[in-house]
Amino acid sequence: MIGAGMTRFMHRALETPKELAWHAANAALASSQLKLKQIDCVVLGTAPDAFDGVHMKSEYLADGCGGRGKPFLRCYVGGGTGVYAVAQAYFQVASGMFDTALVVCEEKMSSCQPHPQAAFLTIFDPITEQPLKPNLLWIFALEQTRYMETYGITIEEIARVAVKNKRNALNHPAAQLAAELTVEDVLGSEIMAWPVHRLMVSPTSDGAAAIVIAAEEVARRVSDKPIWIQGIGWSLDSAYWTNRDLAYPEYVEKAAWMAYDMAGVKEPRKEIHFAEPYDPFAYKELHHLEGLQLAPKGQAPRLLADGVFERDGDLPVTPSGGLLGVGNPIAAAGMMKICELFWQTRGEAGKRQLPGKPERGVAQAWGDLMQVGTVVVMGTKKPD
Amino acid sequence: MNDKYAGTPLGERELNRGKIFVNSYTPKLHYQWDTGEGIGRYLGELKRGRLIARRCDGCQRILIPPRMFCERCFRPTDEWIYVNDTGKVLTFSLCYVTWNVRRLKQPLIPAVIEIDGASAGMGILHLLKKVPPKKVRVGMRVRAVWRPPAERRGSITDILYWRPATEERE
Repeated sequence: MIGAGMTRFMHRALETPKELAWHAANAALASSQLKLKQIDCVVLGTAPDAFDGVHMKSEYLADGCGGRGKPFLRCYVGGGTGVYAVAQAYFQVASGMFDTALVVCEEKMSSCQPHPQAAFLTIFDPITEQPLKPNLLWIFALEQTRYMETYGITIEEIARVAVKNKRNALNHPAAQLAAELTVEDVLGSEIMAWPVHRLMVSPTSDGAAAIVIAAEEVARRVSDKPIWIQGIGWSLDSAYWTNRDLAYPEYVEKAAWMAYDMAGVKEPRKEIHFAEPYDPFAYKELHHLEGLQLAPKGQAPRLLADGVFERDGDLPVTPSGGLLGVGNPIAAAGMMKICELFWQTRGEAGKRQLPGKPERGVAQAWGDLMQVGTVVVMGTKKPD
Repeated sequence: MNDKYAGTPLGERELNRGKIFVNSYTPKLHYQWDTGEGIGRYLGELKRGRLIARRCDGCQRILIPPRMFCERCFRPTDEWIYVNDTGKVLTFSLCYVTWNVRRLKQPLIPAVIEIDGASAGMGILHLLKKVPPKKVRVGMRVRAVWRPPAERRGSITDILYWRPATEERE
């Protein structure tokens, strides 16, 4: 990986989806010091067409992504898209087919009125679930209850995630919801769907993020600090979500081991220096850390309380500020986490720079009906 | 630093000033979903006031909602099996908002209910009622409350809701 860029994340942006994509793509190209004509193929990650209200929006977005006249494809695995898009681009380059790829992730959720939740309603089974008029909060609340109940986790322990991430986001210039809060503030916020409180929920956002990847010889030629994509993995569980134990994300574990095996990581707790797990809701970060093998089952809340996941802890988690702090333009949010791995391992994270020169990080995204895990491991060293 | 990060946030103020132009569209889309073999029978049995599952001889699981193929064994399932209209709460929520974030005074209580007679962990999504929100617990026993037979129409809503199987004690 040789370049990264993103727009601000905003509740509602003046810019069109195409303009957002252009800004992010342009920033990533500038960062890589390549021109568009040096890009061999373009990969787009973006979530349901229903947000933008534009059917087949990959074709609509292609101009903004720099895709005109190039091999161009869209990939999509729901909320897991932003991290998966890296894998999709990796295939293009690792196959030997192309030397360079530009990867753009874009989402503009604000177009969907009065609230983009409406675009989520049809993810539920049309016959056995939709007649019950479910909303998206339900699945998170149901999963959080199951997670807390199974391991005896308290709501205070969950609230700490929101405090940490929104605080980390204070140093992210692109952040939408950075704040200095206390656990009491979070628990004092409105209960949306018990046990989910308002400040435990990421916002809806408009934004885009992009990266540039290249084959080894090109990367070495154009960059003095290329960051290596060491491992990629993804896995999808059954859509019969009411038949699964929601306490533990098995699909994230499968995806993580796929990526770790590829990266040569045998003991994730020791060999991963920092993590950017998907945090659309506060408990999800903890849940995912367990799936990522970075905490024993049910133990992530305790490690958080002990300070392990703070910026100066043994395993900093979500130094970017995450979806809770920076914002959640679905696919772009996952890509923002990839950008964070790049900036942190290059030592270019500005005020967010983690101490101790972290050499290897993992990013993860998640989506659909509590179903998909996508994982990328990146670092300063080429894997064996 | 911000010039590195393009983007122009809009708030109510900008939108109300009349200098931002927008265009609107309301899609009119109507869908009619066919229920298929497995769920078709499931709905037919709901109309008769019964819950039905499918057994897979490969993994020995009794599956509800029923399906004609097993997603694990990837083979046809084998037999229809009636299961009970009682069960246990696997997880629940007290939901105070509708999908468009309209507030509710009395929460809806969605729950995943493990169905008696199906395999362990086999739950369906439904709603709990007739229970004080604060009394709902994971592991709580519940039973289905059915719509009167004449009003049933072959839908998951032929079960009106689930209520505690025994009266909750103080």
